[in-house]
Amino acid sequence: MVHFTAEEKAAVVSLWAKVNVELVGGEVLGRLLVVYPWTQRFFDNFGNLSSESAIMGNPKVKAHGKKVLTSFGNAVKHMDDLKDTFAELSELHCDKMHVDPENFKLLGNMILIVLATHFSKEFTPQVQAAWQKLTAAVANALAHRYH
Amino acid sequence: MVLSAAERAAVRALWTKLGSNVGVYATEALERTFLAFPTTKTYFPHFDLTPGSAQVKAHGKKVADALTRAVAHLDDLPTALWALSDLHVRQLRVDPVNFKLLGHCLLVTLARHYPGDFSPAMHASLEKFLSHVISALASSYG
Repeated sequence: MVHFTAEEKAAVVSLWAKVNVELVGGEVLGRLLVVYPWTQRFFDNFGNLSSESAIMGNPKVKAHGKKVLTSFGNAVKHMDDLKDTFAELSELHCDKMHVDPENFKLLGNMILIVLATHFSKEFTPQVQAAWQKLTAAVANALAHRYH
Repeated sequence: MVLSAAERAAVRALWTKLGSNVGVYATEALERTFLAFPTTKTYFPHFDLTPGSAQVKAHGKKVADALTRAVAHLDDLPTALWALSDLHVRQLRVDPVNFKLLGHCLLVTLARHYPGDFSPAMHASLEKFLSHVISALASSYG
């Protein structure tokens, strides 16, 4: 189980409070699809993903991004219990969606980068390190029930 | 995933904008790497890794110069970076996974300092550029 110090938890929680989940979620997922185009394989039914502007403006991408980041908000609330928090989602991503867990790491890195663009002042190396730990732990939790 | 003409132009343009600050950003990227990925510190037991360290700053300058050389040789990275690759493989014996970690922290640093320039397309171009650099650096591993 990953242990977060009080400072790490504070760094995560205080930045999360400032995040516009709808806006950031859409941007995170959009960037994933632009920067790592093979990830589009999971979104054949999302319509036009043919260019950067098509992807970033795509309403399905924005909606799904919001859903994903809202779920990530759960991680912030349960930093001491990520494996149980994401157990069901882990099974879903394995059995129903067949997503390679490598993608969770890629998405985690997109979250970091989008946070850096939105919160230049707050995103110190220490804050980044706490968020890096959280996204890695969430990626592990989501991969935990794979078989 | 070859860099297109547009992607090369984007990377060169951003590098020109960074100007003489490349060293500052490379140093920040190193500091971020050591904090976010503590395993990377195992390659620097001889360094003072406290924030503001002169050794880290000097090393940041070396990394910056190498990246600037890479930007100037986008058409032939393996040749341009061969000596560095040899150094990292034979002498320093760095596991190549660490190059990716530094690359990621460099992207975070640039995103933080140039949010207005860091569009998804620019992000994608930089990601591609860095993966080519990493590939060239790892090429001596055989």
